[in-house]
Amino acid sequence: MEYEAVIGMEVHVEINSKSKVFCACGTDFHAPPNTNVCPVCLGMPGTLPVLNVDMVNKSVAAGLALGCTISRWSKMDRKNYFYPDLAKNYQISQYDLPLCHGGYMDIEVNGVEKRIGITRAHIEEDTARNTHTIGGGQSGVDFNRCGMPLLEIVTEPDIHSADEAYAYLTLLKQTLQYLEVSDCNMEEGSLRAEANISVRPKGTTALGSKTEVKNVASFSGVHKAIDFEIKRQINVIREGGAVLQETRGWDADRGVTFSQRQKESAHDYRYFPEPDLTPIVVDEAWEQRIRESLPELPQARCKRFQTTYGLSPYDAGVLTAGRPMADYYESVITAGADPKKAANWIMVDLQALLTDAKQEITDCKVAPEHIAELLTLIGDGAISGKMAKDILRDIFETGKTPKAVVEEKGLVQISDTGAVEAIVRQVAEGHPAQVEQYKGGNEKVLGFLMGQVMRASQGKANPKLAEDLLRKLLNG
Amino acid sequence: MTAPWCDKTGHEIREAVVRGDVTARVVTEAHLARIHALDGKIDAYTQIWEEYALAMADRVDEKRRSGATLGILAGVPISLKELMCTKQGETTCASKMLAGYRSPFDGTMVQRLAAADAVFLGKVNMDEFAMGSSTENSAIKTTKNPWDLGCVPGGSSGGSAAAVAADLCSMSMGSDTGGSIRQPAALCGCVGIKPTYGRVSRFGLVAFASSLDQIGPLTKDVRDAALCLNAICGRDPMDATSVDLAVPDFTAALTGNVKGLRIGLPKEYFTDALGAEVREKVMAAIEVLRGLGAETVEVSLPHCDYAIAAYYIICTAEASANLARFDGVRYGFRHPDAKDMRGMYVMSKSAGFGPEVRRRILLGTYVLSSGYYDAYYLKAQKVRRLIKQDFDEAFEKCDVVLGPTTPSPAFRFGEKTADPLEMYLSDIYTISVNLATLPGLSLPCGLSSSGLPIGMQLIAKPFAEETLLRTAHAYEQNRGFDMGKPPIA
Repeated sequence: MEYEAVIGMEVHVEINSKSKVFCACGTDFHAPPNTNVCPVCLGMPGTLPVLNVDMVNKSVAAGLALGCTISRWSKMDRKNYFYPDLAKNYQISQYDLPLCHGGYMDIEVNGVEKRIGITRAHIEEDTARNTHTIGGGQSGVDFNRCGMPLLEIVTEPDIHSADEAYAYLTLLKQTLQYLEVSDCNMEEGSLRAEANISVRPKGTTALGSKTEVKNVASFSGVHKAIDFEIKRQINVIREGGAVLQETRGWDADRGVTFSQRQKESAHDYRYFPEPDLTPIVVDEAWEQRIRESLPELPQARCKRFQTTYGLSPYDAGVLTAGRPMADYYESVITAGADPKKAANWIMVDLQALLTDAKQEITDCKVAPEHIAELLTLIGDGAISGKMAKDILRDIFETGKTPKAVVEEKGLVQISDTGAVEAIVRQVAEGHPAQVEQYKGGNEKVLGFLMGQVMRASQGKANPKLAEDLLRKLLNG
Repeated sequence: MTAPWCDKTGHEIREAVVRGDVTARVVTEAHLARIHALDGKIDAYTQIWEEYALAMADRVDEKRRSGATLGILAGVPISLKELMCTKQGETTCASKMLAGYRSPFDGTMVQRLAAADAVFLGKVNMDEFAMGSSTENSAIKTTKNPWDLGCVPGGSSGGSAAAVAADLCSMSMGSDTGGSIRQPAALCGCVGIKPTYGRVSRFGLVAFASSLDQIGPLTKDVRDAALCLNAICGRDPMDATSVDLAVPDFTAALTGNVKGLRIGLPKEYFTDALGAEVREKVMAAIEVLRGLGAETVEVSLPHCDYAIAAYYIICTAEASANLARFDGVRYGFRHPDAKDMRGMYVMSKSAGFGPEVRRRILLGTYVLSSGYYDAYYLKAQKVRRLIKQDFDEAFEKCDVVLGPTTPSPAFRFGEKTADPLEMYLSDIYTISVNLATLPGLSLPCGLSSSGLPIGMQLIAKPFAEETLLRTAHAYEQNRGFDMGKPPIA
């Protein structure tokens, strides 16, 4: 019998607000433990939560980008359970009336487009972080994370493979980064993905019992974990067993999932409306204001780059992968550069420099105008492509303008026929043996002689002109 | 014994301090002396802040000497219920769970009183976590009613009421979730007002039931209640449920004029459940107001029979979550014998909370449980809406609703502790006011044959505290008799 997997994703993203969701504490991930805390996020007696409006704005933006309906009226609820990472022993979350619901994302896997339904996106507070000494004995709680603003995004069980899950996560992350509502940094925990996985005989509609795979550190890890889990579940069933409903972790070293916690029955969280907060009312004008402020989303931008700038789907995809790079590229175009040449220089030469220096485009000292200027200098024949690469490296390190570097280093290309011809003659006279070889029909030796010309001119000779003159001399 | 200044109202003290007739220090010293002399019998105070109070008083006197304008409560000695968060002293909620707990901040109300140049004498007793109607649920001590030391002062703000009645402070800050200001005020012969929900910030009030709790003063007269509201009301960015509404000068409402005022008398409040003596005194008070030109009209609150049931579902549900944080992990009581995490939770909570608090946490947990939520919590919320509608309809016919505050005067210790339901019934007239988020005020309207105070309750529309104060003040000025002082005074 053939089986198919049914997967729903739950993603928690930390919204990059300056302050926590219910108090004024900062949200810096790198702060020393228990320094971003106050009586409110510590749940001290007598304190009250006050909802951070920036968090709501950013969550509405995310919801709109995910095609969700924004609730005109929603509310916060208390989710009750006891655990030392929860200061109040209840988490303020949203239960039956989430802020955003009923959206979708169109992903593409192997050239096929597919729609993944978004059930809901709701706001809640993060819990603290527990750490334990190796071998047990002591536990520490870092409340810096307690009260961090979280948006939980839940999909319909529309995903049927690890590839689809991976594509969904990638597009979700890209979208949220475009919106600048979250850093989506898995290492720092600002994006956490859980997969609910079950399998069923192909062609049937009933859902099998599911496992929840948690605490995976990367998208590729999620991909591997889902693949493993699907195969594991099918094997269990084929061997006549039953899949247990449980939470499973991912052991990246061994490449296996493992049982963490069995769910005896659904936990009773005793949700009820949070009486300390008033309902969240997002009226049409508010929603419209946010809708109008939304940036162009990655898929639309990628298509536009192809139609407007004539880029290949691959190039457009690379340049629109992140919003800062796409913005950079368009600034270069605005500064007057040729779209295709600009794309090449950015994707190849500039990207190589960035990769070597482990820099992001946002840290780059090369202004978009510099790239445009560089391309103009090449186009005018003032510098060669080879020189341009050296100049770019200089700009990358110093932030000077291309013209300044050119002048400083005397890098202006020699395009004067008389001057280049003199160098060509000098080289020909200095290498009589090679000249003879060429005349005897060995074309390859031309490259060697060109190299000597460039060397003699310290790289400044206009290569095209030099080659023409060299051929003319040798053939004449 | 009599002590100079202790029998004065807050506004009298403030005027005297401003005029320079007396210093805040002298007033404070007089009160501290009286507390030392008398409180051993009453046990209202749980903490006496001798040095702190004198330092506050000295700052007021210094301010006056420097010619600066004095605050509206300059030199007025005030006590605070044990659940008001203060950096000074402890904030125990009269519970073993928070014995020794020091709050890292001052609540908004405390900050506003301090900004008005009030003087804090210390903290006063209450039912543990404000759960109770007699202050017998305090884990610290048993507070007595100054009018009869064998009787309860009411609760949960029993320490506040006893302290005001015995002239151990000129006003006291209480909190009211189902009657916890008005009921003890009635039983001790004070004025007590629960403002409209949202009028006063709850930041710094340790929560019992968040949708019902409200801070308010217990005072010696109506003018003091108005004065105190001037200081504490108004929007607070730290409390999302505090309302952004202009705060009037409440003392300006004390015109003495109730001509044409329509007083609604709910027929459900004047049934056989109401004690004869209380009925008689309340009816006499109505006559006084009629004599001043007020009109009376019968109104009906048909759903008030369900108020206690709905209240004990909603308040316990909210309390079960609000009190979950007291788990021994970060602060407060942790059972020394706990061996693991689960044990720490179970043992700390079982030993740290008293029986009434445990009962309410269990009740609240139950009514929120899966499968019971709709039958209890959701239904209670529907009843709450109906009760609010009853009042809305009543207020179409009248400006203020008048009735008894409690069915009977103060009861004796132990009289109602065996049967929790019997105890809950002492809040039968006050609970609906919290459910409907309305302002309510209790003021004395006479003494029983055994010399115990009787209170009447006034209820108004949301944010119509001025109507309450105007009516209460007119009655107070014209009632034609003196309540006198408790025998112990």
